[in-house]
Amino acid sequence: MRAFFKQMSKGIIISNPIFVLALGFCPALAVSTSVDNAIGMSVGVLFVLLGSNIIVSLIRKWVPNMVRIPVFIVIIATFVTVINLVFHAYVPALYESLGIYLPLIVVNCIILGRAEAYASKNPVTGSIADALGVSIGFFVALFFIAFLREILGTGSLSLFGTHLFTLPVLGDNPMTLFILPPGAFLIMALLLALLRKMGVIKHE
Amino acid sequence: MNNLIMIFISMALVNNFVLARFLGLCPFFGVSKKLSSAFSMGIAVTLVMLIASIVTWVINNYILIPYGVEYMNIIMYILVIAALVQIIELFIKRTNLTLYNALGIFLPLITTNCAVLGITLINAKESFTLVESIVASLGGGLGFMLVLVIMSGIREKLNLADTPRAMKGLPIAMLVGMMLGLTFFGFGGIV
Repeated sequence: MRAFFKQMSKGIIISNPIFVLALGFCPALAVSTSVDNAIGMSVGVLFVLLGSNIIVSLIRKWVPNMVRIPVFIVIIATFVTVINLVFHAYVPALYESLGIYLPLIVVNCIILGRAEAYASKNPVTGSIADALGVSIGFFVALFFIAFLREILGTGSLSLFGTHLFTLPVLGDNPMTLFILPPGAFLIMALLLALLRKMGVIKHE
Repeated sequence: MNNLIMIFISMALVNNFVLARFLGLCPFFGVSKKLSSAFSMGIAVTLVMLIASIVTWVINNYILIPYGVEYMNIIMYILVIAALVQIIELFIKRTNLTLYNALGIFLPLITTNCAVLGITLINAKESFTLVESIVASLGGGLGFMLVLVIMSGIREKLNLADTPRAMKGLPIAMLVGMMLGLTFFGFGGIV
């Protein structure tokens, strides 16, 4: 059990997929315009990563080394198709706002990276812990970015249709830049620099 | 004709793949350290995007839609792209060894480039015709190449600049990306 949590905590901080390993930037920057999107995307990644890690780990002894990458990609694509159809059926609004970034989980380096680096070499329990840890790490990073972008860019915060609060001055004059694509680069650059300064991640 | 020009400009400049849609960020930050490799990567991506758009358009309209299995598109597209990249690699190796050596490691990496899967998904989503898909993929690819080349030029100079220690590498590259993105925002007035 301790090993389970140890593997899990690794993905959250020490090897956080976005801030430390710098993988999966495309979705992190593109869908972080609102906290809703960040949560939706993280659920998608959690489902796909958990599914692919379990299956890859189960079949790891039978897959010939030569064809492992195509096999992994097909497994990942299957889970992405499933989550795509589920989102389309049950949360159409979220499905629309995630757009092409939901199917693009297929080519997200995080998922293939975990299948190749961890799940294809380790038993199922460890792979589940790894998937949970990495997904939580992805969620934490995405949530941070989305939270800052939504607050600065709209001056208010809402969660799945419920309005939480509006900031006094910023609410009337929001800094729209942060909702626009360049704002994502800005927030990300500042966050990375801040985390380095605080010593959370290493300097280059 | 007007419609096609609009699609081209929108794909290449206004909704630039890297700066506005965040597709293909890995090569943008990874490869764009040298001008020559940025150029090769841009060419390779444009080529694969163009061929992938044509092939997936045919598959989409003659296999997936007639048999009512559009939900299989994600698996289908990624397999097509992976196979295509392999074939193109073999073809270039046989016919033009200089080009093959110039492209080097970039060709196999393109399979997992979001920009290629992105353009096929965009084509399907907007239900473009064959000609529109071709123009869209050319626009997207050339826009990608343009930004990659600009970025690599800036980064060659940036290596000599005295940046704060915490900003070295990725963060400063992202700041440059932000400024490029703001510049490209000006093109929004065209469409």
